[in-house]
Amino acid sequence: MKATLAILFLGTVLNLHAAVDEAVKVLAKVEREGQGNEAAIAAWKEVVAGGPAVLPSVLAATGRGTPMADNWLRLAGDAIVDSALRAKKAVPLAELEAFLKDAQQPSAARQLAFDLIRQADAGRADTIEPGLIADPVQELRRGAVQRLIDAAKTKTGDDAKAGYQQALAAVRDEDQTKEIAAELKKLGVTVDLPGHFGFLMKWNVIGPFDNAERQGFETVFPPEKELRLDANYEGKGGPVKWQPFESKDEYGKLDFNKPLGMQKEVTAYATTTFESPAERDAELRLGCKNAWKVWLNGELLFGRDEYHRGQQMDQYKLKCRLKKGPNTVLVKACQNEQKEQWTVEWEFQLRVCDSTGTAILAAK
Amino acid sequence: MKSLPLFAFAALSFTALAGDWPQFRGPDSTGTAPDAVIPAAPKIDWGIALPGRGLASPIVVGGKVFVTCSSGPKQERLHLICFSASDGSKLWERQLRATGRTMSHPKTAIAAGTPCSDGQRVFALWSCNDVAAFDLEGNLLWVRGLTVDYANASNSLGMASSPIVIGETLVTVIENDSESYTIGLDVKTGRNLWKLDRPKAANWSSPIPWRAEAKAAPIAVLQSSKGLIGVDAASGSKLWEYGEGASTMSSSVVAAGIIYAPSNGITALSPKANGAAPEQLWRSKQINPATISPVVLGDHIFSINGAGVLTMGDLKTGDSKWKLRLAGPFSGSPVGAGQRLLAVNEKGLVQIVDTTAPEGAVAGQLQLPLKAESKELILCTPALSGKSVFVRTDSTLWRLGE
Repeated sequence: MKATLAILFLGTVLNLHAAVDEAVKVLAKVEREGQGNEAAIAAWKEVVAGGPAVLPSVLAATGRGTPMADNWLRLAGDAIVDSALRAKKAVPLAELEAFLKDAQQPSAARQLAFDLIRQADAGRADTIEPGLIADPVQELRRGAVQRLIDAAKTKTGDDAKAGYQQALAAVRDEDQTKEIAAELKKLGVTVDLPGHFGFLMKWNVIGPFDNAERQGFETVFPPEKELRLDANYEGKGGPVKWQPFESKDEYGKLDFNKPLGMQKEVTAYATTTFESPAERDAELRLGCKNAWKVWLNGELLFGRDEYHRGQQMDQYKLKCRLKKGPNTVLVKACQNEQKEQWTVEWEFQLRVCDSTGTAILAAK
Repeated sequence: MKSLPLFAFAALSFTALAGDWPQFRGPDSTGTAPDAVIPAAPKIDWGIALPGRGLASPIVVGGKVFVTCSSGPKQERLHLICFSASDGSKLWERQLRATGRTMSHPKTAIAAGTPCSDGQRVFALWSCNDVAAFDLEGNLLWVRGLTVDYANASNSLGMASSPIVIGETLVTVIENDSESYTIGLDVKTGRNLWKLDRPKAANWSSPIPWRAEAKAAPIAVLQSSKGLIGVDAASGSKLWEYGEGASTMSSSVVAAGIIYAPSNGITALSPKANGAAPEQLWRSKQINPATISPVVLGDHIFSINGAGVLTMGDLKTGDSKWKLRLAGPFSGSPVGAGQRLLAVNEKGLVQIVDTTAPEGAVAGQLQLPLKAESKELILCTPALSGKSVFVRTDSTLWRLGE
């Protein structure tokens, strides 16, 4: 009798586990435009009802589907830990930490693991954080970098310099890098910011072509058909040809106003070629407040027709695949008709890095 | 242009309960609530810390206050927090991650658009075009990432339009210089009911509900630089159009079926049930709402201009009756109840205006203790609930009372 009950109990538990695992899969399958939302609504409740024991399954499913699926899973993890804390139930922190430390797991899943640890036990997260200084996930290493910055602030002379240089080796975020570079400058150390970030500095530029009534964005001018640096074309108001131009800006900004003059209703192109030692995934990260398009090796990665709403480093992250050997980037940037002082900029900045923001190329 | 189906479907829209302030500028987006009382001499009842930045207004539903925030180095962490309206205790918090772009002008934040509720669910929209729906207990109902779906829909200055819910549709304005649209989302699933192409121009104004008569189901009024359109919220069909331009920042207000639109000053419009263009009743350039949304109280319309001057206009003619200089500057819009207006300037000065005084008068003031070290500002529009006022900064949610 006892054996029968035990088998029945075990069977029920296994069925429940299987059902919850299926529910996790439903969340992981949510696609663009809300496809899968209908099924996910019921599945989410089932997953949350599974309690802390489900968290490893939630992590295992994260980072393998769409960003929206990740949010379904993240919000389930959030609710599970919240309920567990209220009910004073244990959260499997050791399992979460083991998952976090497995660098082979997807970034989104490891980030979620750390967030759940912090939600459940902030002290434990604080203990873990310094060890994330070389983590491949940009956001995970940020806290550890901040600790190094804060520690360096308490020191002077060579000790401070060493502290900031240690932070510089790990830092990937612009704001923290700026702070470190400024402190090192005071200590007599100049930081090669273009090299640190991987900005492309040496370009060939051509223009102006027309952009009257903002039509230049969709107009296919000759550089989009062929990339011949010795070519001459008819531009806006006369013949145009490629000319070399090197950015001297420490954040890699290429200002078309310098080589081409301050103009309105115009389009220009810039191109450069860089070497990749291997075929690999990468990101071209662009900052630009003009309408723009970017091609890599002839393939259009993305384009956006917004003018003068703002520019910042890494404003757009364009996922791409580098080929081994030379890779050619072509950037199109359009200037519009606005005359206000804040619409003078006709520029972009572009760097090549991996998904963590680590520069792939030294500036050339 | 289709004719109005206003009498063809039941009035299923949410009727706010006493004390509810369920969306940007309250029930029906009017900046007023029939049961609200604005304290003559406000004081702080309580203040509670918030986990991130935001200028989204608080909303109040069933004794709960809902606030959105954004945190993290790039404001990529999106929060929805539920507090008890009575004592400010946190009832629950949910956090998701931005799937769209989180760049914005430094003055604004990713938690810019105010959430809304149909009384059963809370819908939150952030500047990165992530939308999430929860029940009032914090259970996720659905989530969408509209920039993943439509990759060129964003504004590098930040988005700020607040959604509204009409019947079974969450009307969500995602209008910008590039991939510009307004979308109707199914409140139960988050799936698209309709998607309407809109003018390619940045637009921070919010949609409002409009009813042909008091008991009719509302339609959605969408505003843009081109003007206003009336849209059947269930189907997305365009019902009528007013094409003489409108603000892309301040939003319209409705009173007794008349739309007071921030268009060439203020233009009073009477939409028609036959699909014809709305009748223009009056236009007044004496009332210039700049970036602030107007409020109607009784027989008057009130608006604050860019210099902080409050103008009271005659609701029937648009004629200016008096002007009163308030201490500005303002980003949030005023709210009103009874015969009082309440406006909070960016520096945290709460100003209570007695609208019955011959030239208007500031009858009460309260300086909120903003955090000087972070130079925080009040950018939100306050929420009213019974005798309470809710207002937030990047760091704090306050309840004010008598």
